[in-house]
Amino acid sequence: MGWLSLAIWTPIAFGAVLLLLGRERQAQLVRWIALIGSLVSVLVTLPLYSGFRLGTAAMQFVEKSVWIPRFNVNYHLGVDGISLWFVLLTAFITVIVVIAGWEVIQQKVNQYMAAFLILSGLMIGVFSALDGVLFYVFFEATLIPMYLIIGIWGGPNKIYAAFKFFLYTLLGSLLTLVAFIYLYTRSGGSFDILTWQTLPLSGTAQTLLFFALFAAFAVKVPMWPVHTWLPDVHVEAPTGGSAVLAAIMLKLGAYGFLRFSLPILPDASREWAWLMIALSLIAVIYVGLVALVQQDMKKLVAYSSVAHMGFVTLGFFIFNDMGITGGLIQMIAHGFVSGAMFLCIGVLYDRVHSREIASYGGVVNTMPRFTAFALLFAMANCGLPGTAGFVGEWMVILGAVKANFWIGVAAATALISGAAYTLWMFKRVYLGPMVNDDVRKLTDINGREFLMLALLAIAVLWMGLYPKPITDVMDASVANLIKQVAVSKLN
Amino acid sequence: MIDRFSWVAIYPEIVLLVMACVIALIDLLDHSPRRTSAYVLALLTLLGVAGLTGMYAAGGQTIYGFDGLVVSDPMANWLKCFSALAMLVTFIYGRRYVTERGMLRGGEWYVLGLLSLLGAFVMIAANNLLLLYLGLECLTLASYAMVALRRDHAVSVEAAMKYFVLGAMASGFLLYGLSMLYGATGTLDIGGLFKAVSSGQIRHTVLVFGLVFVVAGVAFKFGAVPFHMWIPDVYQGAPTAVTLMIGAAPKLAAFAMAIRLLVEGLLPLAFDWQQMLGLLAIASLLIGNLAAIAQTNIKRMLAYSTISHMGFVLLGLMAGVVNGNALAAANAYSSAMFYVVTYVLTTLAGFGVILLLSREGHESEEIADFAGLNSRSPLYAGIMAICLFSMAGLPPLVGFQAKLSVLQALVSTGQGAYIGLAVFAVMMSLIGAFYYLRVIKVMYFDDPVSDAALDAPMDMRAVLTANGALLLILGILPGGLMALCAKAIVQMLAT
Repeated sequence: MGWLSLAIWTPIAFGAVLLLLGRERQAQLVRWIALIGSLVSVLVTLPLYSGFRLGTAAMQFVEKSVWIPRFNVNYHLGVDGISLWFVLLTAFITVIVVIAGWEVIQQKVNQYMAAFLILSGLMIGVFSALDGVLFYVFFEATLIPMYLIIGIWGGPNKIYAAFKFFLYTLLGSLLTLVAFIYLYTRSGGSFDILTWQTLPLSGTAQTLLFFALFAAFAVKVPMWPVHTWLPDVHVEAPTGGSAVLAAIMLKLGAYGFLRFSLPILPDASREWAWLMIALSLIAVIYVGLVALVQQDMKKLVAYSSVAHMGFVTLGFFIFNDMGITGGLIQMIAHGFVSGAMFLCIGVLYDRVHSREIASYGGVVNTMPRFTAFALLFAMANCGLPGTAGFVGEWMVILGAVKANFWIGVAAATALISGAAYTLWMFKRVYLGPMVNDDVRKLTDINGREFLMLALLAIAVLWMGLYPKPITDVMDASVANLIKQVAVSKLN
Repeated sequence: MIDRFSWVAIYPEIVLLVMACVIALIDLLDHSPRRTSAYVLALLTLLGVAGLTGMYAAGGQTIYGFDGLVVSDPMANWLKCFSALAMLVTFIYGRRYVTERGMLRGGEWYVLGLLSLLGAFVMIAANNLLLLYLGLECLTLASYAMVALRRDHAVSVEAAMKYFVLGAMASGFLLYGLSMLYGATGTLDIGGLFKAVSSGQIRHTVLVFGLVFVVAGVAFKFGAVPFHMWIPDVYQGAPTAVTLMIGAAPKLAAFAMAIRLLVEGLLPLAFDWQQMLGLLAIASLLIGNLAAIAQTNIKRMLAYSTISHMGFVLLGLMAGVVNGNALAAANAYSSAMFYVVTYVLTTLAGFGVILLLSREGHESEEIADFAGLNSRSPLYAGIMAICLFSMAGLPPLVGFQAKLSVLQALVSTGQGAYIGLAVFAVMMSLIGAFYYLRVIKVMYFDDPVSDAALDAPMDMRAVLTANGALLLILGILPGGLMALCAKAIVQMLAT
């Protein structure tokens, strides 16, 4: 069993064990097993980083064995510079989520922890699958635990949100399945993604496939105008669910563009880049403005996620080195920052049971330590230099300017709106006089919460100050990807 | 000529018939309320028959018996084996239900079950139009009686009446169609039919009329729209254990009938019946899925979902012969076979949980009865969830692999219309996902209506758990079953 298989199956195995422990009085045992499971799964991903060879775009840690012989489907895994960091990020965020749910979740603890561990394994599977069916299986299977997470532990309107999440994303992925099967028949019976990347395809076929894939990935990202599920889901999902959704699940869509749309359909990608750029800019500018008027903190961060993911897709579809690397870095940074923002909201919600901005004010007076963390993450969210948020945005804007000055200018306005909504929220929640008794009675974060926020804070600062380890891993793969997009596959 | 091989070909049927009679006789002596002897004997019989047919199937031989009246090939034997296993599981799941509701009636439940299985076996083995019809009648007559087993229960009696009237009409259709085929070709032998039709010497009009009636008969057995009217009423009205019985094993027989008649007999007319199957499939997917949304009764909902699943099977069947490529045809038929087999497996698990929830004097038939099942029993809620997610076609469950293979068969024809059908089927699956999700929502997100603990007899709990696990295991490792279906179909087409 290779390291990738271990990374996928370790959390799933721990999750399965947890499902067997049912009774409420075992809750403490369940929590510890979940924590150990998530830590072990981080440990087994570390060799992926330490053993990663830089400077090659080839897939590494490849594992391949026959899975379904009749359709020539293989259990084919591998990571390159594009996917490696997401495997690490997924394992890392899962630890945080387990810590975040430690005391908060009191009912069906075993199912809660199991759902997140299984989800973690499935998402690592998505990032490392090199076979179309394998990718699809992991991609779709993530819906099941997430649906249950939202529906069982969610807020008052959870059922609506759970259905919306499930059906929206399923709609997209079903078309992708047909596209995959089409590619399978066109390639003479292969589901191998790397084979698909060398397949000549006519312009019409490319366009149809592009939009079939677009249906899945754009909904998942989510791009404007199919983003409407995200705010609803975030508002209703439990804290851990929001964190995982924002930190990793949204990346599945963006990752899909890089792994499928760009290299397999380069001509269609170039032909429709204008559309993708336009939608991304709308997300960046318009959704940024929408975020400004939100009353609900989670909604605000959700809209801010849409805007930030707009940066990512913008970076991808300007097809230069800066843009794509920037988009990738933005994805990872957004994983840390938005995850942290949702966890901060969760900390407040656990105490006051309200996400309305208006029910807070002057939190800094009662929770100074917590506010320090919140300030750091708010700064990262508006892209302050020195934090994770800055590197990606800056690179995308540079890349955009290189491609077209005005696209760059339009994208740069996001820095203003981003700063506006983030800082305004920060001011209304944390600063000023204490408005009510709820805030007066607040207690500062405990050791557990401190630990989880500190881990994220370190990650955010480290990425902002020294992103080189991340870009080093990506360079060769991004260069290769750009080469692939540049070559026409029309025959 | 009746030789030794002829007897070998029909051993399973002989065993079934003899044992059905033996159980009926022994039951005269057994007056215990639970009829344990009949139960055990029936299970042993089914195990034996499943083992026998499984052995034949694994042997991979094709034997024609009684001058080509019956055929025993791997496809037939695998279908028989799976039907016997499905009946076995049905008996285990339904035991407490039928005992509590006084449906045993001197072991008739087991005798009728075995007789209906005998009918299914004869249908599966038939290589002759008349024998096919005999098998069908044997299957359906036993089913009519079983639906009416609770004769003091007005709903069941009404369901039996509907089933009987509509079923008789469908049999009439089929018989009429078969007689036209006989009139046109002068033979009852399916192989002879094929030769006669492919000679091109036959009057096309009569053939096509015959074909229309035959397809209608097949569609009735599948429950495809517009011959689906009986399905929701009978599924809902029949006692749940009987619903399970008529919803599981007979689907395999219907598949065999479709293959024997349409592929083995009337392949030269494929261009005609493909279009008919396509229309039936579209209508089934559309109406089955749309009508299922509105249901509050879970048996009725599953009935409509069955209709939509049969649409998928028909899609697999029609994807076979677009350009006369034998490999592609085998691919398509085996995808349909895989779909039908895994669908039966899924249905068994679903109705198993419904049976489990049904208490004496209380039928758990409303979706609302499932409220909070996860809090009462995570195990059974988990099995039901696996079953429903599988029906919705979500990976990594077996329903996904089944849908994938049918879609793959459709898309690999490379024709625009077929790819369009695949997209349509996929969109309909999305609607399907909605109503399956609704049941999962009720089980996981709602508060329980009662805290009554759920207990099941040991045998049922073990089999149900294994059944649920199998849906997951086959979803992750479908290769073996797929290869089995493919091999069976390839050999069927070759002979």
